[in-house]
Order: sequence, then structure tokens, then C-alpha cells
Amino acid sequence: MSIALETFSLTRRFGSLTAVSGLSLAVGAGETFGLLGPNGAGKTTTIKMLATLLPATSGGASVAGFDLRRQPGEVRRVIGYVPQLLSADGTLTGRENLEILGLLHDIPRRDLHRRVDEALEFMGLQDFGGRLVREYSGGMIRRLEVAQSMLHRPRVLFLDEPTTGLDPVARRTVWQLIRRLREDFGMTILLTTHLMEEADRLCRRVAIMNRGAVAAIGTPAGLKKGLRKPKATLDDVFIRCTGSQLESGGTYHEISRTRRTARRLG
Amino acid sequence: MRYPGPGAPPAASGDPVPPDGAIRFVGKTLVMAELEIRKLSHDATELVTRAFQPALWLLVFGQVFTRIRAIPTGEFRYIDFMTPGILAQSVLFVSIFYGISIIWERDLGIVHKFLASPTPRAALVLGKSLSAAVRSFTQAVFIYILALLLGVRINWNPLALLGVLVVIVLGSAVFSTFSLIIACIVKSRERFMGIGQVLTMPLFFASNAIYPISLMPGWLQVFSRVNPLTYEVDALRALMLEGAVSAYGIGWDIAILLVVVGVFTWIAAAVYPQVAY
Repeated sequence: MSIALETFSLTRRFGSLTAVSGLSLAVGAGETFGLLGPNGAGKTTTIKMLATLLPATSGGASVAGFDLRRQPGEVRRVIGYVPQLLSADGTLTGRENLEILGLLHDIPRRDLHRRVDEALEFMGLQDFGGRLVREYSGGMIRRLEVAQSMLHRPRVLFLDEPTTGLDPVARRTVWQLIRRLREDFGMTILLTTHLMEEADRLCRRVAIMNRGAVAAIGTPAGLKKGLRKPKATLDDVFIRCTGSQLESGGTYHEISRTRRTARRLG
Repeated sequence: MRYPGPGAPPAASGDPVPPDGAIRFVGKTLVMAELEIRKLSHDATELVTRAFQPALWLLVFGQVFTRIRAIPTGEFRYIDFMTPGILAQSVLFVSIFYGISIIWERDLGIVHKFLASPTPRAALVLGKSLSAAVRSFTQAVFIYILALLLGVRINWNPLALLGVLVVIVLGSAVFSTFSLIIACIVKSRERFMGIGQVLTMPLFFASNAIYPISLMPGWLQVFSRVNPLTYEVDALRALMLEGAVSAYGIGWDIAILLVVVGVFTWIAAAVYPQVAY
């Protein structure tokens, strides 16, 4: 398998805090890879660096063959990004949200209508394209956002906590769509989550992050096996790796953002 | 295990082919303005409520000061003199608070998606300026209607009207890019609103918007001469009124505004990515 995404000692410091510390990972083309960890483990910071939103303090990465530091413009052309927050614009319709982002991603106007129709249909939103997004449910907004991020057929897709705040039914729908993105388009997907079930179902491999570094890496089955405990779950692996850290993570800013997202989902 | 090099052909069949630099840049700028127009088409209440303030200035302040003739404005009535100033004020108010939209987009994560797209930062910034100009145009229409009702000596020459549009675009760009810079630095609504309030009134009163600079004490005259609003008002007054002449020369006014827009856009494009940190 060829490598679609690779990081080399990727590091980010905020003042005295090291959010991501010497991260080295390789993700194969067409692989769905999960970054797991408690709040504050550095998952979002990693994704932001890889999506060219945050400069790395040291180290580097290669995304779809482009160097993150030297070719950020090329990287932006081949990636899709869904932020942790619910980021569709409620004052526009679903279709308009898609069209604007499609245009910003260099989709020619003559192809735009067809591409937007396809994306709406893929996400099961074809009957809602003309409605203002503020009338959407949380699950519909998430589906619209995934549609936004795949319009330009990115080779690497970054999903930052794609199902946080969603109810179980909406969550399952999003999971199905993520699977189809890989199966139909062969996209390489890097997602973050703190739901073990999500990682277990979607990811071929996962890395458990703690305090900015990788604490364990492997297939979900392999990690569970490594515990040598009957009926081990990924939760057990997670607790083993992160220990008592579990409850202490999360800055004020992160928590208030998570709560705001939850509130918008009603 | 190897990844494809930078020269590798696109993997997915539908990879968009980017058009050339300048066309692409202008195209992206227009997309941002289109976004604003679509938003306004869904909900235009803000435009209507914003029109009250210039209406009050013209109908109350303007009428009273025209009657008492306290301010020497030469051959023009005071209401003629102040109408271009109030148009510039509307542009200023719309634009100087425009940066709050960036903070709103940051809190929602919208700005993150814009920044992760292959759109040049300067095109995003200029797109925001053009969006502010779109809002300013609607205010200009209100003010022209009021001016007509008040019998202001409007110059209806199409070239003069076009000139007014150009000056509105430049004025909006000056103050909206300034506003973006502040928003990108402070990153919170509360601090931004505080700074906006502090800036607006000095910019407005220390300009030639509602009285000639010659009436001011020396120190204030100095401040007025470095205030971009003064040059915006000067150009608007010369273009908007029948028979008016510019104090500094319209070409000079526009050149100054262009330089300020260039410098502010450059700074804004540099600080803009920081809102996503």
C-alpha cells in the first residue's frame, strides 16, 4: 500500500505547553485511520496542522505527496476538512453552503450544479437543499458538512470528531457515509474521536494519543489482543494507555466549544 | 512504501483544474461578495434598521443646522454640504464593525474551512471588503432617496454616480480591512465591540464630514489630514454635488485611499490565518 499521509516528528507548542510532541505516523492510501485520546491529547492540534491551519513548531509532514511546510497551497487542493465545530452557515441554504465552498475549491461554475446535486444525493439531503441550514437537525448539518468537504474529491479527508453531539441514529448514518466515502472514492480518511465504538467500527488502524504523543498504535483487534485479557475492548486499551489522565484533560476553551456545539444541536 | 511525488497525476478523476492566477484571484474575491449578497437576500432586516441612523442625521441634525446657518459652507446650503459626509459616515459604520463577522465565522468554524481551501488569503480579505461595500451600496441608495426629498443639489451625471460607487468601494475597503485586522488580533466579540466604539466617533468627528476642517483647532486639523475618512468625504463631496470642487483633488483622494487599502489588505492577509489557531 502506498502512503497518503506521513508525519515526521510533528511538534506544536503553545508557550510552555507542548500540545503535540514529536508525532510520527504513516497512513496508507485508502486507509481510515483514527486518532483517539482524551480532551487535550493533541488530536485537534494535529488535524489543524495537517490541514494547513496551524504552523508546526518543528517537524513536518507530507500530505498526498506534498510537503506541508513548502507546498501548503498544493496541500489545500487535495484535502477536505470538517472541523470539530458545526460549521455550516445557518443563514444560507444547504445548496448555497455547498456552492460557496465548491467555488472556493476551484470547481468550475459549469460543473457546480451537477456536483452539488450529486453531493446532496450522496448525503441523502436532496429534498433539503433549498432550506436554510438553521432549520436543519444536527445530523443533517453534519452530513452537509461532510458533503462540503468531499465536493472537490479530496484525496485525504480530515474529520475532527465527526459524530460528537449527535444522537445514536444520526451517528450511525454518518458512519455509513464515512464508509462509503472510502469504498466509492478510495479516500484516505484521518478522523479523531473519543468514542471507542466509532474507532472500532470505522478505522483499520488507530493511534491512541496522550499528552501530545502516541501511546499505542495498531489495528483495533491487535491492540485488544495485546492486553491479554479475555473480552478486552478498545475502552480497556484506552484506559491502560491514558491512565488517570482521562478526567483531567480539556482546556476551558475546548470545553466551552464542545458545549456550544452540543447546544446548537439542541 | 512510497507516496506519489508532487508531480504525480491527480488520483481522483474529478480533481479540479485551477485557472490562472489573476483570474482565479478576482473570481475568488467575487465568490466572497456573492456569499454576502445571498445572505442579504435571505434576511435584509439589518439593512433597513441601519438606514435609520443616516436618516436621523440628515432629517434632524441637518435640518436644524441648515436653518441656523452656524457653519460656513460657502455657496452650498448646510444640508448639501453634509449629505456626502453622512454617506461616508454610513460607509464607515457598516465597515468598521464588519470585522465582527470574522469573529462570528471563527466561533462557528466557517473561517477554518475557508482557510483550508486553496483560496489566496488576500482574496478572502478583499472579498470581505467587497461584501462590506455591497452593504454600503444599499445605504447609499437610501441616502440618495432622502437627498432627493430634501432637495440636495445632486449631480446625476452617470460618470459622477460611477465615481461615487468607486469611492464607496474604496472607503468600505479601508475601514473593513482595518476592522478585520483588529478582529484577527482581539478574537472576541466583546473586546472588538469596545474597540470599535472607541474608534468610530473620533474618526467621524475628526474629519470634514459635517464641518470644514478650517474650523478646527490646529492639532485637530493635523489629525484630520491623516484620517482616510477626510479624503473619502472630499472625493464624495466633489462627485456627489452639482458644481462642487474637491479640496485636495479627486485623483489625489483616490490615490491615498488606494494606498491605504493596499497596506491594510497586506497586513490583514498576514494576520487572517491566525483567527483559526
